[in-house]
Amino acid sequence: MRNPLSKKIMTIEPSGIRRFFDIANEMENVISLGVGEPDFDTPWHIRDEGIYSLEKGRTFYTSNSGLMELRKEICRYLKRRCDLTYDPVHETLVTVGGSEAIDIALRAMLDAGDEVLIPQPCYVSYLPCVQLTGGVPVIIELQEKDDFRLTKEELLEAITDKTKVLIMPFPNNPTGAVMRREDLEAVAEVVIEKDLFVISDEIYSELTYQGDHVSIASLPGMWERTLTINGFSKSYAMTGWRLGYVCGPRQIIDQMMKIHQFAIMCAPTTSQYAAVEALRNGDQDVAQMRESYNQRRRFLMHEFKRMGLPCFEPFGAFYVFPCIKEFGMTSDDFAMRLLEEEHVAVVPGTAFGACGEGFLRISYAYSIDALKVALERLERFITRLR
Amino acid sequence: MREQILSLLEKNSKIDLGELAVLLGSSEEIIQKEVEAMEQEQVICGYHTLIDWEKTNSEKVTALIEVRVTPQRGQGFDTIAERIYNYPEVQSVYLISGAYDLLVILQGKTLREVSSFVSDKLSTMDSVLSTATHFILKKYKDYGTILGKKEKDERMLVTP
Repeated sequence: MRNPLSKKIMTIEPSGIRRFFDIANEMENVISLGVGEPDFDTPWHIRDEGIYSLEKGRTFYTSNSGLMELRKEICRYLKRRCDLTYDPVHETLVTVGGSEAIDIALRAMLDAGDEVLIPQPCYVSYLPCVQLTGGVPVIIELQEKDDFRLTKEELLEAITDKTKVLIMPFPNNPTGAVMRREDLEAVAEVVIEKDLFVISDEIYSELTYQGDHVSIASLPGMWERTLTINGFSKSYAMTGWRLGYVCGPRQIIDQMMKIHQFAIMCAPTTSQYAAVEALRNGDQDVAQMRESYNQRRRFLMHEFKRMGLPCFEPFGAFYVFPCIKEFGMTSDDFAMRLLEEEHVAVVPGTAFGACGEGFLRISYAYSIDALKVALERLERFITRLR
Repeated sequence: MREQILSLLEKNSKIDLGELAVLLGSSEEIIQKEVEAMEQEQVICGYHTLIDWEKTNSEKVTALIEVRVTPQRGQGFDTIAERIYNYPEVQSVYLISGAYDLLVILQGKTLREVSSFVSDKLSTMDSVLSTATHFILKKYKDYGTILGKKEKDERMLVTP
């Protein structure tokens, strides 16, 4: 029999997290700090709207771009929260999570050989999605000394004549880093000068703890060269609904729409109706969840300090990224031993890029009580190592 | 700050002041001063415990009693409310808008105890015009807490 597989797919590495998950899943009594999704249930009024849409029999396809009602709400929201102006008809596309938006954005923009700048540590899907298009991922290794922000110098150093797209994954998973306005302005200057495009993944935009999030597309000269990706998963605790969106210039959105319509048809209808409710009446829920995350973030930072575990203070998402270099083992070994000996699951920093070596991603999408138990075990573990 | 302290205390009155300070990014001294001030000002009126009595052996009956009264000149409803709330078995007394005036929540050991309170004490007060008693059959949720349901974390253990 012939090999059923393409050469390209065989070059793609499976996600590093998968292996970890398989082991943790076999164990009893595991406390996980490894989850990349909120611990809150979707607020009831949003769930209720989803249920109502099912009761009303709204089980048909929507238009490929998504319900007009939802696209209008998305544009109102982006105006209100991010100072961004988009047209709901031609510049807004509702996708199956932010993940689909990342994929189709890259597919619509890249030719073989085009270079894409990916600041790491970052979410796991940018790199394989670039590879699948035949584009060339170019990694920028962010530094702890810069609080894992992207600097102008790092950017300039990575740019060649083949560079086409810069991925901007902020607020960042796994580091929790955020880009302040002045950081973005420095990046924007280079992007404009070098005639690049930006795919800005702002899925954690509502979860910032020191000033409001700034969208790079809102900076002068950036709107026309930026795709803004966002969604409902993190801000409204709606991961399982699989709903995101991408906004940008019509020229790009029109072409992304072709891939979306042939591959996906449209995002789930029930989720779209629920999302309308989320945007109309969900601000209060978001504020409450943000406050809870912030309390847990402070709690973790305080506990790490007490244990003497170095960690830069992150101001976004729901992750902290402590440094474990003092223990002289790889992140992978550390995480594996922590799992085996104390039954605490964390994700090694290297799952998000080679430069995550020496770090762990610890999620605080858990109740304070759960965090307490897990930290007690972590402390016991590092005391033993010391 | 006060609002944040209160919303955490409302959920967990046993929370340690040091922990409260960490969660709110403040110092223990400041938190302690605020809490004491709020106790003084009776913003904080107590640190009660939410108990699901159903799960214990002790028998308890809770009734909601709607009371229509004649307000008294110069005092409105306050005097009659006081006469009612002074009974220790009365848990809550609220002045209500709508079809009746006072809502009285009463806890007793037996139905008989509750009904004798209503017939002997409450309805015989001068300004009470009428009462309607409703017994609570089951509490699903009390003070923002769903009773008897333990939440399980069903998320996958590790996700990107």
